[in-house]
Amino acid sequence: MKEQLGEMRDKIFRFLLFFAAVIILLLTAGIIYALVSRSTEAFQEYGVWGFISNPEWDPRPATEEYGALSFIVGTLYTAFFALFLCVPFSLSVALFNGEYFKGKKISSFVRSIVDLLAGIPSIVYGLWGFYAVRPLVIDLGINAQGFGIFLSSIVLAIMIIPYASSLSTEFISMVPNKLKEGAYSLGATQFEVIQNISIPTARSGIVASYILALGRALGETMAVTMLIGNTDRVPKGLRDTGNTMASVIANQFGEADGIKLSSLIAIGLLLFIITALINMVAKLVMKKLASV
Amino acid sequence: MSLKSKSSINSRKGTDKLVYFLVWLFSFFAMIPLFLILWDVVSKGYKNFNINLFTKVTPSSMDALIANMNGDPIPGGVLNGITGSILIVGLAILISVPLGLFIGIYLSDNRDKKFAGFISYLTDLLQGMPSIVIGIIAYAWVVKPLGSYSAIGGSVALTMMMLPMIVRSTEETMKMLPPSFKESGLALGSSYTSVVFNILLPSGFGGIFTGILLAISRVLGETAPLMLTALGASVVNWNITEPTSALPLLIWDFYNDPNLVELVWSTSLLLLIVIFCLNWIAKIVSRKWKI
Repeated sequence: MKEQLGEMRDKIFRFLLFFAAVIILLLTAGIIYALVSRSTEAFQEYGVWGFISNPEWDPRPATEEYGALSFIVGTLYTAFFALFLCVPFSLSVALFNGEYFKGKKISSFVRSIVDLLAGIPSIVYGLWGFYAVRPLVIDLGINAQGFGIFLSSIVLAIMIIPYASSLSTEFISMVPNKLKEGAYSLGATQFEVIQNISIPTARSGIVASYILALGRALGETMAVTMLIGNTDRVPKGLRDTGNTMASVIANQFGEADGIKLSSLIAIGLLLFIITALINMVAKLVMKKLASV
Repeated sequence: MSLKSKSSINSRKGTDKLVYFLVWLFSFFAMIPLFLILWDVVSKGYKNFNINLFTKVTPSSMDALIANMNGDPIPGGVLNGITGSILIVGLAILISVPLGLFIGIYLSDNRDKKFAGFISYLTDLLQGMPSIVIGIIAYAWVVKPLGSYSAIGGSVALTMMMLPMIVRSTEETMKMLPPSFKESGLALGSSYTSVVFNILLPSGFGGIFTGILLAISRVLGETAPLMLTALGASVVNWNITEPTSALPLLIWDFYNDPNLVELVWSTSLLLLIVIFCLNWIAKIVSRKWKI
């Protein structure tokens, strides 16, 4: 009798576990449904390609017209420039922790400092960027107000250093000692070992970690909203102001309705698709590494 | 010939030293921003970091303007943000922790099933979602149907952010437990349920609890999804269907209001202290309850 009760309980429990997993499925389906159903108005009005390729974003009632191109360009501009800026720093941190001082006390110190950077909220980065970095950008003569792609990318680069470096550290420190010792015994210097053994062996993992960091940068909202200048047109260059997909949503969602709201949600859907693709690519690259 | 090879060795050694120096230099520079940010927040925030911050609600812009003109301290604090953050994040914890634990256990126990692999993939997808998109979803799911901005809307958004993190940390911890734990429990005649609750969860406590703490510290500072859902309020609110403030939302309000801007740093300081404390506790827990 008692055994039967236990079996019954087990069955119910296993079903609960399964049901919890199904919730993830429902969540994802609900997310896609919510984004697609609420953006159809915009896509029907302008067409999918028409919406993506239109640089106009004009909320004036008489000439109302919405297109996403300015924000797509702004997003790619800031994210890639931030990635470019962060590479020397995050690669150095990864080599510091995974190669030069692997397992040493100083490496765990550096690691915890960089990890703390990941804990600072986006809005605090925005504040710091506004009050501390913006004056420097003005002094550099980038532009008069300081706001823009350049300022956003600098702050974004700092924000993604922990993401890019922590995963690359893992992969660099996983490179087998045997390979490295072989090279050392042939007279290679430490740099030559890094250049010819460590980095090539860990390459897929390092690439994957930068792709994931790029995904972070694409979706970052608050800091960019506070620093990019919020102008609804295609930025002309690094010195120009602009808007990213995330920042235009954060800025204009509150007062939007009708076709404008639908257009903003359509931008959200595009952002979701872009980040999902980026994460998928990172996963594929890592899988390739695992199979080697 | 021998001269040439000697200079080549010297140049190789030189390159080696140069790279070593550059790695030091850039690693050093990568750490600098943390100290600059902390310095800024502490040096500007300590002035208004007093008891008022914890006991009074946000003053109106007018009152703050008058106080500023008279040279008085700003008459108010962030009590509404503290209670709001507790309400919104607390609800999100209530939903995401049990659900995340169950899903994590399911995934670690059904590793070879195709369905589990698919769920695991979707979990990654959710984890990579930008927070502003999550805000839109919670707006469409909760705010629109209820017809009002609300704390529960914010909680739904934060739940979606916490869930994948808790699932991952639970799954990873469970995978690290030796299979003999589960097998010996079952061999002794324990039911699967009691093996999970009496053996697996207690042995994995360190990893699971650390994961939960880190998830909380990640969402405490989230602003964008709350702007689209909880909106903010200038009073203390415990009703989950009403607009509610939160610490990051107040930072955003203060940043945009020149009269209240004095409070922006002390609020940031408070938020950073809470987040770093959570991180610190998480580190201690994971070290103490190492598997």
